[in-house]
Amino acid sequence: MNKEIIKIEDLKREFTMGNETVHALKGISFNIKEGEFVTIMGSSGSGKSTLLNILGCLDKPTSGTYEIDGVNMKDLSRNELATIRNEKIGFIFQSYNLLPRTSAIENVELPLLYNSKISTEERRKRAINALEMVGLGDRLHHTPSQLSGGQQQRVAIARSLVNNPVMILADEATGNLDTRTSYEIMALFQDLNKQGITITFVTHEPDIAAFSKRTIVLKDGSIIKDYKNHTVLSATEQLAGLPQEEHSL
Amino acid sequence: MRLLNLLKIAYKAIVLNKLRTLLTMLGIIIGVASVIAMLAIGEGSKESIRANISSMGSNIITIRPESTSSGGVRASADEMQTLTLKDYEAINAQATLLSYATPLVNGKGQIINGSNNWPSSIYGVNPDYLNIKVIDLQSGSMFTDAEVKSASKVALIGQTVVDNVFPDGQDPVGQMIRFNNIPFKVIGVLEVKGENTFGQDQDDVVIAPYTTVQKRILAIDYINQIMASAVSENDAPNAVTEVSEIMRAQHKISASDEDDFSVRSMEELISTFSSTSEMLTILLVAVASISLLIGGIGIMNIMYVSVKERTKEIGLRMAVGGKGSDILMQFLIEAILISVTGGALGVLLGLGSTVFIEKFINWPTSVALYSIIISFAVCAITGIFFGWYPARKASALDPITALRYE
Repeated sequence: MNKEIIKIEDLKREFTMGNETVHALKGISFNIKEGEFVTIMGSSGSGKSTLLNILGCLDKPTSGTYEIDGVNMKDLSRNELATIRNEKIGFIFQSYNLLPRTSAIENVELPLLYNSKISTEERRKRAINALEMVGLGDRLHHTPSQLSGGQQQRVAIARSLVNNPVMILADEATGNLDTRTSYEIMALFQDLNKQGITITFVTHEPDIAAFSKRTIVLKDGSIIKDYKNHTVLSATEQLAGLPQEEHSL
Repeated sequence: MRLLNLLKIAYKAIVLNKLRTLLTMLGIIIGVASVIAMLAIGEGSKESIRANISSMGSNIITIRPESTSSGGVRASADEMQTLTLKDYEAINAQATLLSYATPLVNGKGQIINGSNNWPSSIYGVNPDYLNIKVIDLQSGSMFTDAEVKSASKVALIGQTVVDNVFPDGQDPVGQMIRFNNIPFKVIGVLEVKGENTFGQDQDDVVIAPYTTVQKRILAIDYINQIMASAVSENDAPNAVTEVSEIMRAQHKISASDEDDFSVRSMEELISTFSSTSEMLTILLVAVASISLLIGGIGIMNIMYVSVKERTKEIGLRMAVGGKGSDILMQFLIEAILISVTGGALGVLLGLGSTVFIEKFINWPTSVALYSIIISFAVCAITGIFFGWYPARKASALDPITALRYE
């Protein structure tokens, strides 16, 4: 019923280090459909980051196919990859990567600056809209240094939403946050997912994976588990269950 | 649209680093300002030399005898007796590009009036002389052709002579003076011309008919030079050629022999002097250009640091869709903005210091429009040239490595 956004078949990625060839990904296959909330789990060295780079069109596979929204990225040039990143993917990073001394709204506008089809007014409108979606409608002109970690990550999420991507790609998006803020961010992700946004979340924390609908587990460059999560935890409920004193901190 | 966005991005980056940008600009500002000021000083001195020489009559052409070697001996040009009235007559009759011409004989001597005396020079000429040298009279009148023909003992004197020989302030016109014991009747006083470029007092002269000076003072039948004026300043070079040809025919000089005369125009003199001051200008500008170059290197330095410092930002920009060319343009535009803004400020500073030099140091200056255009263009080129390498480096970054850069 739902459109397939990501199609991956027998994907391999090898790195040559001196005389040795490192097989970071040893031929993996999976699809992601529109509206899914997938976590990709794995310890360090499992090939998680490599997969993330390829999913994000920052890196190309050695062999195998990777299709995003019907486009096979194998034949794309460096510039065409940039356009795909600009129009189809929303990035969220562990360390937020906001531009310092730049207001929230300007940070959110950034991806649209590289899309010449969007006018200045449209850009501003969309940025405000995205910031309202993440609950920062009253912090439009704050710079990152005036925002808390959670708020900064919300700005980053707004930035990932602003270009109406087919998929949001989050890399350890809660890695720098305390439990309460992590849950708040996860609640936001669940909320966005309910509105139909596809989310791929890369993490090594199992409790974060519990909030997603599907989990793919990587080990040594291969998928060892790919399962649907039948009892998805609600981050909002978990948040309410956290001890009160933490709230007062 | 796309360019406008990049311009905005670059502008933001500059505004976020105000102090650093200003310090970087300083090199360019000083460079441009000094180029403009130096050129203004050079141009100014050139113009003042030209104006000075022009005041002596800019289209004057002089024909003098030139020493030739005869039998291995070179005679002094001053003693040459090869220039004659016949040459003058030939030139007067044949030349088409000359408006006036006069033979000229000159000598030195003592002027005496009663108990006052003064050493001066006497110039024997015809009435055209005043037109050639562009001299007016304060009082009295020029002698006539008839007085030239009859070798009348009449003379006109310059202000310096008046001051020294008529110290009581009496009107010299109509008075008698003696030059080397020959009595002359003063019939006019020349207007004051002051010193010429070489520091000669142009008012320390006595002018008399050339016939009188030839016969009664020097006792010679040749002439020292022929002085003429070209129809216009532009015709001066052609007039020189024309006169040379007439003279070669007149002196029957075959094609293989060298001239026994020289023909020079004031124009040549001006260009000789101009070229000296041009050399100076080139030297000044060369020094100023070095400071502009150092300013450019300053830009490269700061852009290089900026690229290093913003590696992570570059990675992010690439991740959200910035192409290599976008990154390249961003940094290039940033460098150009810095250098062009610096250039504009430099032009203002240059103009300001030119006014200062003119007013307080009293050097003649003249700001040429081309110096502003050139230094501004050089600025833009400097921005591109020195911004290119760091910008290129930024655009070639791998987004993955750039994102992970700490």
